[in-house]
Amino acid sequence: MIEIGFLKKENLQAFLKELSGRYSVYAPVVEDDIVSFKPFIEGREICLDRPANLSPKSVIFPQCETLFSYSFLKKAENPDKVDVKLEEKMDFRDTVIFGARPCDAKGFNILDRVYKDSDIPDPYYTGRREKTLIIGLACSAPSPGCFCVAVGGGPADKEGSDILITELANGYVLEPVTEKGKAMLQSSLIESGQGYLQEAQKKQEDTKQKVKNPFTKTGKPQISQKIFNDDGFWERSLSKCVSCAACTFLCPTCYCFNITDEARLKEGERIRTWDACMFFHFTLEASGHNPRPTKFNRFKNRVGHKFVYYPEKYNGVIACCGCGRCIRYCPVSVDISKIVDDLSETNPEESNLTSNGGKA
Amino acid sequence: MSIEMLRDVVKKVLEEVDVVIGYTEGFDKIHTTPFFIDTPEQVDELIWNPTCVHNLATYLPSLKKKVGVVVKGCDSRTIVQYMQEGLINRDNIKIIGIPCKGIISVKRLSKAIDYANIEDVVFENEGKITVKTDKGDKTVAMVDIMPDKCKTCQYPTPVIYDYLIGDPIKSDKPQESVYADIVEFDKKTPEEKLQYWLKEFDRCIRCYACRNACPMCICQDSCIAETREPHWISQKLTTQEKFMFHLIHAVHLAGRCVECGECERVCPMGIPVNKLKRKINLDMKELFDYVPGINPDDKPPMYTFNVDELKIKEHKIG
Repeated sequence: MIEIGFLKKENLQAFLKELSGRYSVYAPVVEDDIVSFKPFIEGREICLDRPANLSPKSVIFPQCETLFSYSFLKKAENPDKVDVKLEEKMDFRDTVIFGARPCDAKGFNILDRVYKDSDIPDPYYTGRREKTLIIGLACSAPSPGCFCVAVGGGPADKEGSDILITELANGYVLEPVTEKGKAMLQSSLIESGQGYLQEAQKKQEDTKQKVKNPFTKTGKPQISQKIFNDDGFWERSLSKCVSCAACTFLCPTCYCFNITDEARLKEGERIRTWDACMFFHFTLEASGHNPRPTKFNRFKNRVGHKFVYYPEKYNGVIACCGCGRCIRYCPVSVDISKIVDDLSETNPEESNLTSNGGKA
Repeated sequence: MSIEMLRDVVKKVLEEVDVVIGYTEGFDKIHTTPFFIDTPEQVDELIWNPTCVHNLATYLPSLKKKVGVVVKGCDSRTIVQYMQEGLINRDNIKIIGIPCKGIISVKRLSKAIDYANIEDVVFENEGKITVKTDKGDKTVAMVDIMPDKCKTCQYPTPVIYDYLIGDPIKSDKPQESVYADIVEFDKKTPEEKLQYWLKEFDRCIRCYACRNACPMCICQDSCIAETREPHWISQKLTTQEKFMFHLIHAVHLAGRCVECGECERVCPMGIPVNKLKRKINLDMKELFDYVPGINPDDKPPMYTFNVDELKIKEHKIG
């Protein structure tokens, strides 16, 4: 029984091929310079040298999914009446996400509290989540804008992963985190990695030291209620925001959705799609009133949700995994970590909104 | 020009307006960020270099106050177009123009330095840039990391301004080069073009960064992409729906797109969305001999009509 595994670099494709016999395997692939998680196809080049532009969130929480389809049928015996026929789509396959970064893996734990471990679990999310294994990849270097350590994570954090792999010069060290992960090590392609563990751990620790902490005053997010509720703060900080959804759609922890009926004449589908709190329509009410009419109100909500409301509800856990995507890819370089830093008082005693920087 | 000249002018303009929009350093040395200045103390943080990529004129219609704005040549065309369409009050705007020799493409530079963390950037003479990163230093030629629009730029000096920082620069790029890539692309068969766009739009995530960063997308919160009544586009994530949105975006910009390239620059998925708009602009140029954002007294072709359009023979009436 292998406790710590080692996979030679030249066997990566073979290992993924072996896995794809039992699972749908998603891995980061590069196309037109953009890295995203796509189904593994033998020979397709896997990109492990930088984090994916898009987090693997959509594998478990698709950007668009059909909840059910419906059709109206006239009753033969009484054409004045119609029958509504509903067809649910709940066909979930055993899946492996290979090469998720620790921040990506942690993102799923943040979604879990809302969709899986709540009083009313979401059957679609839970169905996929329970059939999905995550092989996390420890980061070799921080990426521009990322800050995982300051929000309770780390570039080799094991939380959320079933196996954590660390890249060394000639192969990957595989550390199982869960029993399911341990079972996956039983492959002829995987040898014992016990001898490499120390080197891997040293690399993990070295990388951790390089991750920046953007919270200059307090070392961790600590939001002052006074500044948070000052409209002027948001207007000063967010004048440049263009109110698009690049930040929310690239985010591993944003989980808001919209439900629409896409109807044709006698049939249609009820679909669920990602929604974004940055959009005007997100809070537009049927009366025409919009409680968050400006981009300032909307961004305050985005920060509030991740750093105030979610921690209040879930034992101090911050709903940001520090991946830095919203900062890197923002059209105008809005930096959420700087905003949160600006929201803290120099004297932490006065900060009374959050938070304990807890582990997700 | 020197940065001091710019700062001096901004201080002076600040006396006459409520806010001046310029650039300041972002989270790293290549991610510069728009900077809203309303006190003289902020002026020292103002910067100007080839990382000043954003089209700051985009903010003008939404700001209902007196505004000073720093513009490059390409951005200045936005202001002219706004004037043509009555979207701004020129009297409320002070334009600080900067002649520009070209900016960087953050995507191209990031790729050139292997997506490393940036510690510092030095702009050398002779169009070179040296980036110090955690993976080592790298010097690249500006021409290799410029956006396409700079390579064929016809308007290095702003077409409209109240203050010009430095001496005007004349374009040394041949005019025929502007649409050379579009003419070349047009040689593909319709099927090849369809396949090209299906592949590109497949990865669109419908974040609407292209729309929201577009200076001429004026429908904003009433965009056809999200309205439920009428329900033109479904929320489904099919390539067909994405394609539809991008085509509507392009057609809405016919004869209005000033080719600032913001749509393409901001796309987090690297989709060349500006190509569609430039193709339509080329058609507008051929049909109506019209170039958007040059003369404030022009009328955009789609805002007017001549009964007898000179170049549209087949529709000739009476």
